[in-house]
Amino acid sequence: MNALITSEKLIIHRPGTSEPVLRDIDFRISPGEIVTVVGPNGSGKSSLIRALLGHMPLVSGKIIRRRDLRIGYVPQQVQLDRTIPMTVRRFLSLPHWVGAEEAAKALARTGVAGLETRQLTELSGGQFQRVLLARALLHDPHLLVLDEPTQGLDQPGMVAFYRLIEDVRHQTGAAVLMVSHDLLVVMRSSDRVICLNGHICCEGTPQDVGNAPEYRALFGAEARGTLALYRHHHDHDHDHGPQHDCASHG
Amino acid sequence: MLDDFLMRAILAGFGLALVAGPLGSFVVWRRMAYFGDSTAHAAILGVALSLAFDLSIYAGTVTVALSVALLVTALAARGQAMDTVLGVIAHSALAFGLVAISFVPSARVDLASYLFGDILAVGHADLAWIWTGALAVLALLAWRWQKLVTASVNEELAMAAGIDPRLERLVLSIALALVVAIAIRIVGSLLISAMLIIPAAAARRFAATPERMAAAASVIASFSVLAGLAASYHIDSPAGPSIVAAAAIFFIIVQLVRFR
Repeated sequence: MNALITSEKLIIHRPGTSEPVLRDIDFRISPGEIVTVVGPNGSGKSSLIRALLGHMPLVSGKIIRRRDLRIGYVPQQVQLDRTIPMTVRRFLSLPHWVGAEEAAKALARTGVAGLETRQLTELSGGQFQRVLLARALLHDPHLLVLDEPTQGLDQPGMVAFYRLIEDVRHQTGAAVLMVSHDLLVVMRSSDRVICLNGHICCEGTPQDVGNAPEYRALFGAEARGTLALYRHHHDHDHDHGPQHDCASHG
Repeated sequence: MLDDFLMRAILAGFGLALVAGPLGSFVVWRRMAYFGDSTAHAAILGVALSLAFDLSIYAGTVTVALSVALLVTALAARGQAMDTVLGVIAHSALAFGLVAISFVPSARVDLASYLFGDILAVGHADLAWIWTGALAVLALLAWRWQKLVTASVNEELAMAAGIDPRLERLVLSIALALVVAIAIRIVGSLLISAMLIIPAAAARRFAATPERMAAAASVIASFSVLAGLAASYHIDSPAGPSIVAAAAIFFIIVQLVRFR
């Protein structure tokens, strides 16, 4: 299949420094695929997303985006400024004007029909995430990119949101690339999972990854609620810095 | 009609009010109040240089205001603590301007008119400058409107849509410098940013969209011009400060009204 985005041997530094954030990233996402990137804080998840979107300078390597690729993007934690009056309807028309019918359809698709005249600042966290998703779905994207889309949602809200993303994929056929903290929930709805910690530690179907020692270590950590275990030890050899380690069974 | 000084004053004030609504809204949305102050205060330095080198006041102020705006933008990009940088620049620009102007004998006489404006002395040429500048800025803002609003809401969303937030920031800096230049004759260097912020802040109380806020701010600014000039006419108060005081009264009134 014709990949939507491919990257080869990507190396990225923290902006303005020579500190590596990501290295040797070989990545691809195909049409209709749901790919989830998991990893600890500071593992370079958001940097990877930004680089793939073309917002980060590459130190080396290359990124190939399919020609005329339309991307719908939901950024991480949009902080709303109360000084800007903004109805849901108006927000959907940024930066491209959309018709009332199109706007209503997008809102209905993400389960927030009829919110057009509400101010963004009056919405609940869950409603706002759905409005962001609705906006990303305008203009028929080939690929939806979601950076920690469920931050600030409670457990039921989170589960509902991921279910919605699956539905949307079925309805629109759009591929989905998302970054997440919510390992357990996200795994179920993904076709492929990438475990990232400065480089790709392991990747594959949720099952494959589920059997990988790195992944089990990650889940063990999750189960015990111990963030420290996110920083896992190695069982394969590398030459990279100590802050970028992958899991082994602990 | 244009021969009447009061009529010229009203038209000059309306020119500023028209552009102060949308630009002032951006100043509020992007928390550029101090940025506006720095640029406006630097205009005094521009006045001093214009008079010393026998240039047009408008050319001098726009040049200096734009230089300061670009300097501030560059410093911000280097990650300086913005609040402090702007505080330093806003006040030192004013101080240098006042020192410089003291060496220009012709300007010393009417220093107050540059600090607080002299809208009643606006001539035909001033009117032409003010309206040309105002329409140019309006055209610039209208052209970039969707991009500017998107970048003001969220820079990441803007970037994902192919908008360069740095370019939009530059557009606003240029617009601000132009407005400073046209406003210096009307409300003066010290009250320019008040004229931008107060009507927009008042409009925020009841506007539902960015466009309505910008339009309502222009209307409030226009009424402030009329009210300020009326006060000046009847009780002989200084015109520029009266206009800003009128805007402030509008601001207080809308705070007291319940909307929705």
